[in-house]
Amino acid sequence: MSDVPTTDLAAIPDGVLARIGQVQYEKEGGFPVEHGYIWSTCAATENGNPLFWDDAVAAELTDGPIAPPTMLSVWFRPHHWSPGRTEPAVPLQAHFDLKDDLDLPEAIISSNTITFHDPVRIGDRVRSRQVLKSISEPKTTKLGRGRFWVIDVEYLNQDDALLGVESYTAFGYRRDEGGSS
Amino acid sequence: MTTRLLHGDVAVDDTLPPLGVDVTATTVVLGALASRDWRPMHHDKDFAVERNGTRDIFLNTPNQAAWFERYVTDWTGPTGRLGRMTFRMNTSVFPGDHMVFGATVTGTDIDAAGCGWVDLDVALMVGDVATTTCAVRVALPVGDDDNPWNRRGDGWRPDSEGES
Repeated sequence: MSDVPTTDLAAIPDGVLARIGQVQYEKEGGFPVEHGYIWSTCAATENGNPLFWDDAVAAELTDGPIAPPTMLSVWFRPHHWSPGRTEPAVPLQAHFDLKDDLDLPEAIISSNTITFHDPVRIGDRVRSRQVLKSISEPKTTKLGRGRFWVIDVEYLNQDDALLGVESYTAFGYRRDEGGSS
Repeated sequence: MTTRLLHGDVAVDDTLPPLGVDVTATTVVLGALASRDWRPMHHDKDFAVERNGTRDIFLNTPNQAAWFERYVTDWTGPTGRLGRMTFRMNTSVFPGDHMVFGATVTGTDIDAAGCGWVDLDVALMVGDVATTTCAVRVALPVGDDDNPWNRRGDGWRPDSEGES
């Protein structure tokens, strides 16, 4: 990685800088947490953890059934279709906004950290909100010239308890049209 | 009998038993739909090949996270409680691949709240290639009377850093 420019990048618009640290796209998941998806996920991964299959174990250890922690993002993913919508909803809208606003048509998620707080329980109404944490200076990688940004997605339940935080580091870029790597 | 690993049972450089899984198209599609990921590159081979330039549909990231969780909690048993996972995606996993999970303990510590933590470096390998790596911080009971799931508020600190 280097800072040697191969393609000029525009300065970050003030409107984008103003979004850093601000809560965006706060919304409730489309349905309450339910057991069917939990069993589907456990079946898809052949996960026999008795916490998710045996009510007695769940009662003993977690005071009742919970969802596998890594299912955190499942509860805010929009339905593929819902009444009145003509375009598919995008789960991480703040990321796609940056691609547009910074005029960086390509992007990859380079790393993703999930921190788990209170367990997600059957019947919870999970609310998510997105927070742009930072945008880097221009960088050049083997993919092209662009900027890194970090977006946190925070998840809360109906009692405002923090369930977890997903932190995405993305690199938005323009392909190096000069062909250098 | 289900395993219930204790913090004192674990030491740095311990390795976890490997888990091998033959990936099929069903593995990929089942995982994508269970994680509510409707994007076509996870169920439509023509789309994956023609639009993404990959050789087939491929495992989506949320489902990979669920596989990593399954692998770690197979080892800890149900009293193991995940605190934090950091993923790095290097390349994709396709139908026909044989994926193998493996892990090494990189640290153990007990935080100021008395919670016992184990740090793991977990790798999802296909052949000689680490397609995804994951740094995991998981809490284990420090004794027979401890249950990490009972920790709340200041007693649960998944952001704490290990000493490794």
